[in-house]
Amino acid sequence: MSQYIIRRILLAIPVVLGIMVVTFIIARVIPGDPCRSALAEHATEAACAAFAERFGLDKPILVQLGIYMGDVFTGDFGNSIRFRIPVSQLLIERLPVTLELGTAAMIIAVLIGVPAGVISAVRRNSSVDVATMIGANVGVSMPVYWLGLMLAFVFAILLKDTPFWLPPSGRLTAGVLPTPFYQAWGLHLVSGTLLYTIFDFISNFALFNAIITFQWKVLGDAIVHLILPAVALSTIPLSIIARITRSSMLDVLGREYVRAARAKGVLESKVILKHALRNALLPVVTVIGLQTGTLFAGAVLTESIFGFSGVGRALFDAITGRDYYVIQAFTIVIAIGYVFINAVVDISYAFIDPRIKLR
Amino acid sequence: MTTGTGVIRSDTATQVVRSRSLAALTLRNLFRQRNAIIGMILLLLLVLIAIFAPVLAPFDPIINFIGEEGVVDRQAPCIHLLGCPVTQTEHIMGLDGNFRDEFSRLIYGTRISLYIGFTTIGIAVIVGAFIGAVSGYLGGWADNIIMRFMDVILAFPSFLLAIFIITILGRGLQNALLAIAVVNVPVFARLVRASVLSLKEQEFVSATRALGASHLRLLFVRILPNALPTLIVQATLSIASAILEAAALSFLGLGAQEPTPEWGTMLGRERNQVFTAPHLVFFPGIAIMITVLSFNLLGDGLRDAMDPRLGQTSKA
Repeated sequence: MSQYIIRRILLAIPVVLGIMVVTFIIARVIPGDPCRSALAEHATEAACAAFAERFGLDKPILVQLGIYMGDVFTGDFGNSIRFRIPVSQLLIERLPVTLELGTAAMIIAVLIGVPAGVISAVRRNSSVDVATMIGANVGVSMPVYWLGLMLAFVFAILLKDTPFWLPPSGRLTAGVLPTPFYQAWGLHLVSGTLLYTIFDFISNFALFNAIITFQWKVLGDAIVHLILPAVALSTIPLSIIARITRSSMLDVLGREYVRAARAKGVLESKVILKHALRNALLPVVTVIGLQTGTLFAGAVLTESIFGFSGVGRALFDAITGRDYYVIQAFTIVIAIGYVFINAVVDISYAFIDPRIKLR
Repeated sequence: MTTGTGVIRSDTATQVVRSRSLAALTLRNLFRQRNAIIGMILLLLLVLIAIFAPVLAPFDPIINFIGEEGVVDRQAPCIHLLGCPVTQTEHIMGLDGNFRDEFSRLIYGTRISLYIGFTTIGIAVIVGAFIGAVSGYLGGWADNIIMRFMDVILAFPSFLLAIFIITILGRGLQNALLAIAVVNVPVFARLVRASVLSLKEQEFVSATRALGASHLRLLFVRILPNALPTLIVQATLSIASAILEAAALSFLGLGAQEPTPEWGTMLGRERNQVFTAPHLVFFPGIAIMITVLSFNLLGDGLRDAMDPRLGQTSKA
C-alpha cells in the first residue's frame, strides 16, 4: 500500500513541473507592460528600466525560467509587482480564506448531496425523488454569482430585522479582530522565521483559530459571514453529487448480492448503508475529487461577490493587472492542489474497494 | 474477391440498418423521457424567441428612454394590467441603469446566448474531433505527444484557463468565444480518440482497408460517423456549460461589452444595484438558468436514450 502511495505521488511530480513551465510561459505571453500597469503615470523609460532590472525582467526568458524554478523550490515566489509584498506573504494571507470557503462548501455539498441521492434512489419515482432531481438539474444550471447575489438580497435585505438576517459581504464584521492563536497562547515568535510563517498561515484560518483560542464571538461572526458564500459555492457540486449518488445507488441496489442480503433478512437500513452505499461510493468519491478542483474556479466568482479576499479573487486581479509572480505562484498552488486531490482520490479507491488491485 | 465484396456489401447494409434503427430507437426513447421533452420544449421556445426577437421585443434593445416624462433610471417594472398608470410607458421588466428596456434586452440576449453555445462548441467539436481522430488513428508517438498536450490543458480548471486566454487575446465577445472553444477542445479530442481506438480494430474497418480505401476515407467516412452518438451527447451537455462560462466571463467584464444585450454583461453591470433594483439581476439570471437547463435536460435525455441498457433499467 505505502509503495503505491509513494508511486502515485512520484507520478504527480512531472505534472507539477510541466504546469510550472506552462504557467511561466503563459504569464510571459500575456500582453501588456507590467511596469506600466504597476507604476501607471510614473512609468518613465528610466523608471521602467530600473523596474525590469529589479524584477529580473531584463534577462533572457530561459534564464528567468531557471531562476524562477530555483526560487520556487526554496519557497521564494518573488514579489508581487502590484502589492509590493512577497507573493508568499500574499499566499499566507489569501490561501486559508479560499481553503476555508471551499471546505465549507464541500462539506455542505457532501452532507446534503449524498443523503439526498441515497433517498432518491431508495424512494425511486416518489415525490422526494422528483423534487431532488428537479433541484439537482436546476442547481447545475444556475450561475453561481447570480445565486450569490440573490441570496445576499434575500438574507440581507428581505430578512433584515429577523433572526435569519445574514451579512451580505466580508469575512468578519468591521471591528471584530481575532487574536492569532500564537499570541493568545503567549508564544513569542520572531517574525520572518519558518515557524512564524507556518503559525501565521494557520492563524489565518479564521474558524480554526477562533475554535482553538475559544474566541466564540469571533467564531460566530465568522460562521455567519461564511454561510451565504459557502451555500452559493456548494450548489453545483451538491447537485452533481446528488445525481451521481442516485444513479450509482440505483445500479448497486439492482445487484444480486443486495437481493441476497435482503433475502437473508438483513435490516433494510443495513442493506442500504452497508451493502449498497459502500459499493456505490466509488464514482461518488471520483466526482467529489473532480468538483473540488472546479471549486477554485467558482471561488473567483463567489469571492468577488461576497468581498472575500481569497486566492480566486487575488488571481483574477493578478491576471487583469499582469502581476506575473502572483499569477505564477497562485496557478501553481491551484494546480498542485488539483493534482494532490486527484492523488488522494486514487488512493482512497483502495480503501473504499479492496478489490481494486493496486498495481 | 466477389465473396469479399459481398461480405462488405452485406456488412455495410447491416450497418446502415443498425444506424437507422439506432437513430429511430434514440428518438423513440427520447420522447419517452419527461426531462428530455421539457428540455426540447424549452429549447424550441428559446430558438423561436431568438428568431422572432424583433417581433417579440417591444423596443430596440439599445435605445434609451432618457428625457421621457416620469422616467427614472433602474425604474421598477411597470405593467398596466397590474395597476401601473396608463400614462406611463409599459416596461414589464423595468429599465436598466442606462434607461433601456430590460425585457427587450433580455429577448435579444437569447440570440447571443444560443450563438455563443453553438459556435463555441461547434468549433470545439470540429477541432477536437479532428485532433482526436488523427491522434487515435495514427497511434504511437504522435498520439502520445498530442494527448499529453491535451492533458496539460485539462490540468487547469477550465474557467481559469479561459480567463488566461482572454487576458492574452484581449476582452470581448469573440475572444471569449475562442477561449471557451479552446478549453473544450481536449474533451472532444479524448472522446473521439477513444472511439477511434476501439473502432479501428473492428472488422468492417479492416475490410474497407483491405479493399484499398485511403486513410482519409477510412477515418472520416468509415470510423468517425460511428463516434457521432457519443459526440452529440457530449456536445449538448457542453453547450450548457459553455453558455454558463461565457456568461460568467461577461459578468466579470471579460466577455461581451456594452451595449451588447448579453445576459452575463447585464447582470455584471447591475450587480451592485441588487439591493436597490433586484429586478435587473433577477431576470437575466433566470434567463441564463432556463437556457442552460434546457441543454442539460436534453443532453441527459439523449444520453439515456442512446444507452439501451439504461433504457431498460428505467423501465424496470
